[in-house]
Amino acid sequence: MTGVLLAAVKVAVAFGFLMGTVIVLVWAERRIVAFMQNRHGPNRAGPAGILQTAADGLKLFFKESMTPRKAEFALYIAAPVLAVVPALLVFAVIPVGAPITIGGVTYTLQVTDLDVGVLYVLAVSSLGVYAVTLAGWSSGSKYPLLGSVRAAAQMISYEAALGLALVPVIMFTGTTSLAEIVEAQGGTFGGGLPAWNLVLVPSFVIFLIAGFAETNRAPFDLVEAEQEIVGGYHTEYSGMRFAFFFLAEYINVFNMAALTTVFFLGGWHGPRFGPPAVEMALPVVWFLAKTWAIVFLFIWVRATLPRVRYDQLMAFGWKRLIPVSLVWIFLSMVAIGVRRFGLPWA
Amino acid sequence: MLNAYFGDYITVAVFMAVGALLVAGAIFASSLIAPRRPGGFKEVVYESGIEPIGGGWNQSHIRYYVFALLFLIFDVEAIFMFPWAIRLDFFAEAGLGITVLVEMIVFVVVLVLGLLYALAKGVLRWE
Repeated sequence: MTGVLLAAVKVAVAFGFLMGTVIVLVWAERRIVAFMQNRHGPNRAGPAGILQTAADGLKLFFKESMTPRKAEFALYIAAPVLAVVPALLVFAVIPVGAPITIGGVTYTLQVTDLDVGVLYVLAVSSLGVYAVTLAGWSSGSKYPLLGSVRAAAQMISYEAALGLALVPVIMFTGTTSLAEIVEAQGGTFGGGLPAWNLVLVPSFVIFLIAGFAETNRAPFDLVEAEQEIVGGYHTEYSGMRFAFFFLAEYINVFNMAALTTVFFLGGWHGPRFGPPAVEMALPVVWFLAKTWAIVFLFIWVRATLPRVRYDQLMAFGWKRLIPVSLVWIFLSMVAIGVRRFGLPWA
Repeated sequence: MLNAYFGDYITVAVFMAVGALLVAGAIFASSLIAPRRPGGFKEVVYESGIEPIGGGWNQSHIRYYVFALLFLIFDVEAIFMFPWAIRLDFFAEAGLGITVLVEMIVFVVVLVLGLLYALAKGVLRWE
């Protein structure tokens, strides 16, 4: 019974955490991009404009949701739900902090730890393609259809690279559970550098680039290239239905940054000191600091790089990223083999 | 214990159900509160301000299916590699370290040949 109660509390906390994160994230992106472009950004609602996203959300809630005459209504209305649910599900396996002990009972700071965590993440995040495809097709409009076909091709192209980038990580740590991958990154290499998977630099770079493409962020935001295909797959959505596509997009950005932290930046590992309460809270602080650093990188890249052309996008994915990740898998196999079994001629 | 194993997945299922209900509920609640006056040009699809020309479901290029096929190959490949990568220690203890390593390298090389073939056939070209 306590198990059910605990699961319920975790689910509730996770939802609250994600909603709060998105509210801050959207505001942070608008403010940071604004400062990089020498303007102010939203600064009226609440202190420094931090309530702007909440205000926008409320406004969308009271707006009329229009439906195009030719839309396939059942699929049209299902698409926003299908967009948000996979985004939420990915977050369910991310460990946001070290296990904490209160009154002799240890709680993990993760909704649930699956043994096949990495496979689960890859599988669930692919489901997002359905939302995009169905939204574009069911709208019964030209530009959303074009946008969704583009999005589907882009997302599956870069997902292959995303999966391949994780093979060396799993070889290195010997587990697919996200909690154990973080656990394996504790300590240091010979007392100097922290033992993060960041030593697998090519994997990190491939994962990050594929992550930009997976979340449809600049410079790979062709899915919603305003100059070519209006708003992309969600052109015909308005009101609350549009708000959920927006929500899913930003949850995905946060998830991708959190996954980068878990796989490569040592998750919640970091110096721990101070009285027990502070010592217990520090891992969460480290995790959030690393994740937000990656989020900042996402925003920085968006403000800096121009959008790539479609043929460049596909050529980069298939002719650069995937061959490079295959070569890197080969090299890391040899390196890990030598490290474990010694030189073949020795 | 059976319960401990399925417990994790039941939590995931609950998470999914709660998420879907919240989103669907919010859309439904919004439809109750928000004004609703359908008709006229509101229901016409957006085409940059001009009246839409032709149907909504226009033809799109079939070349995209090639990516679906290629994706399937490379994603399944990655999934084959994950269990292999986890059991590396197990094989090493059984004295099969070098053998399984060479086997996986052969597997990857075969797939690289596949990608090179696709490249040579020109399916990865855009005009």
